[in-house]
Amino acid sequence: MKKILSIVLSLSFLLCSFAGCSRGGQDNPSSQNITTVRFLNFKPEVANVYDEIAKTYQEETGVKLVVETAASGNYEQTLTAKMGTNEAPALFQINGPKGYANWKNYCADLSDTKLYNHLTDKDLAVTADGKVYGIPYVVEGYGIIYNKEITDKYFALENRTTDLKSMDEIKSFSDLKAAVEDMQKNADKLGIKGVFASTSMKTGEDWRWHTHLANIPVYYEFEDNDVDLSTNETSNIEFKYAENFKNIFDLYINNSVTDKKVLGSKIVDESMAEFALGQCAMVQNGNWAWGQIKNVKGNVVKAENVKYLPIYMGIDDEENQGLCIGTENFFAINSKASDEEQKAAEDFIYWLFTSETGKAFVKNDLEIIAPFDTFKENDAPEDPLAQEVINWMNKENIKTIPWNFTVFPSVTFKNDFGSALLQYAQGTKNWNEVKTIFVNRWKSESQ
Amino acid sequence: MEKNMKKYFPVFVLPTFVAFTVVFLIPFVLGIYLSFTEFTTVESATWVGLENYIKAFTQDENFKNALWFTIKFTFVSVITINVISFFLALLLTKALKGTNFFRTVFFMPNLIGGIVLGYIWNLLINSILGVFGFDITYDADFGFWGLVFLLNWQLIGYMMVIYIAGLQNIPKELNEAAMIDGASPFSVLKNITVPMVMPAVTICLFLTLTNSFKLFDQNLALTGGAPARETSMLALDIYNTFYGRIGWQGVGQAKAVVFFLIVAIIAFVQLKITGRKEVEQ
Repeated sequence: MKKILSIVLSLSFLLCSFAGCSRGGQDNPSSQNITTVRFLNFKPEVANVYDEIAKTYQEETGVKLVVETAASGNYEQTLTAKMGTNEAPALFQINGPKGYANWKNYCADLSDTKLYNHLTDKDLAVTADGKVYGIPYVVEGYGIIYNKEITDKYFALENRTTDLKSMDEIKSFSDLKAAVEDMQKNADKLGIKGVFASTSMKTGEDWRWHTHLANIPVYYEFEDNDVDLSTNETSNIEFKYAENFKNIFDLYINNSVTDKKVLGSKIVDESMAEFALGQCAMVQNGNWAWGQIKNVKGNVVKAENVKYLPIYMGIDDEENQGLCIGTENFFAINSKASDEEQKAAEDFIYWLFTSETGKAFVKNDLEIIAPFDTFKENDAPEDPLAQEVINWMNKENIKTIPWNFTVFPSVTFKNDFGSALLQYAQGTKNWNEVKTIFVNRWKSESQ
Repeated sequence: MEKNMKKYFPVFVLPTFVAFTVVFLIPFVLGIYLSFTEFTTVESATWVGLENYIKAFTQDENFKNALWFTIKFTFVSVITINVISFFLALLLTKALKGTNFFRTVFFMPNLIGGIVLGYIWNLLINSILGVFGFDITYDADFGFWGLVFLLNWQLIGYMMVIYIAGLQNIPKELNEAAMIDGASPFSVLKNITVPMVMPAVTICLFLTLTNSFKLFDQNLALTGGAPARETSMLALDIYNTFYGRIGWQGVGQAKAVVFFLIVAIIAFVQLKITGRKEVEQ
């Protein structure tokens, strides 16, 4: 018996040590005299850029910048954990009005900050009761990215059944559908496996549909009803444009590289790789995806061929529709941090977006379109998707769709809608059930 | 001696006691307190009484579904893991060639972390289901059996080692005496082997029960709850409640307390029952 016990004990220690998660030690405790700004970064892909920025910032100003980065999709978790500690970030991000609602006890009023004065479009900021709590620091746009090389090949085909001569002529869902379905028929001639990249539906990888794509019908519905987004008028929805959502979603899953029954295991990286390798002609994503496309090994897509098309889904007057442009990245300053830290955080973001050194980082390394008047036209990043976003923003008579998904009720709503979409794709739910889930979950999560 | 023990008792106990208080007692009490509050971080809690518990059971069907799924899963995997590992142990205590090698091989899956394991099995199962044009998210049953299979694969080797230790502890004389008396192999198994390894059974049942009930990493990596949360187990559901819904952190905490109570009760009852069946040598 003793023998067993000792074996069991030692084994269970072993098991514990494998099962338990280890917490990395805090790196170098900051010395007392230097002011420290703690920033919890949202984007893991630019974590090393922030390390560089921190080094430079300390050299220039003597202020120590400690940047910690949350793992992809874990920002809220990390922030919740960090906020309760002595090393709570002074500078953090909220993702819009909903994020503000969750963190309102921690958000300082930013109305008088220097950076806010430079914000070009004050409507973009997160406000409540006339005060500013979140400053957007990036403008991003998403739509259907297409590879012009492949579409040109299609428009050169003799046996095509559409009258369209170039992508510029596609102005509505019916044009898009006709072109896509004909392209799919000629997939072999075009050298592609499918027109659209895989509709990634794995849990946690389905945000392009339950959030980004759903933004468009929600935007139009709110427009029709004159909903004031800053109030709880947003808690009612009937998913009026559900059929339009279905239109485009069907087009995606029926003309895809991947069979729709196995979409539940696909991730965003795979979709972007398919596009980069020329296996498909189109993929829905935002300008941040350029980094992913560029870095795929064996990438065959040329920068000059990467273009944007708005997401048409058959809603009236959509020929004037543009890309979906907005942000869910807002700087917030921790009101519970000391005055000194709050001031230091404010100074840092001001430095990043106004000083020459800071701007160079923003343009060349973070590669973001900054919505501040200190950025002139030639300060925009050079990647083709960002350029395309700017082109679409500047087109005349084109109406940009804002990012209203920042008022979507909760992550639970999004996940439930996402899983319903997957079941629809797999054929185990019909569209009415999906619509019901959308409406019901929206309501129950809005309480 | 006795006197010395008394004198130094506090000195020896203190470090462990402090560690126990800091890393277990305080978080535990704080956790229970938080389940009665609405909070974003530990510092900003406001008392709401039983509201979180009521919400967890009335407004959230996911919790009940997850509870039922977890019970089904635990039932199936406890039986399969223990039966298979017991017979493997029997086999590998026979005088066969290479038993040591096989013991090592069977034990090895246990050394891989849960997330990696879940991810690998996700690929394996999907590539098999892919032949038929499905993947693991297609049907909750796929996810269920996938999880059962995964946990079996992971824990069988571990339980087997415990059973082997138990089997080797049985005095040879008992078996020999039984043989001489003309007992069939089956009655040797039933009347000698099983009663004699009861201590190992107690431990193995305890470990498999609690491990299956508390399964999280593997669940997250293998199915992530898909389709539509149908395969999400209690721990994953608590995690999703806590982080996925604004203002529901308290409810997540309440669920965690209920979860703790269930695990504690099950483990306690099981230890009582099997403990009674143990024979002292």
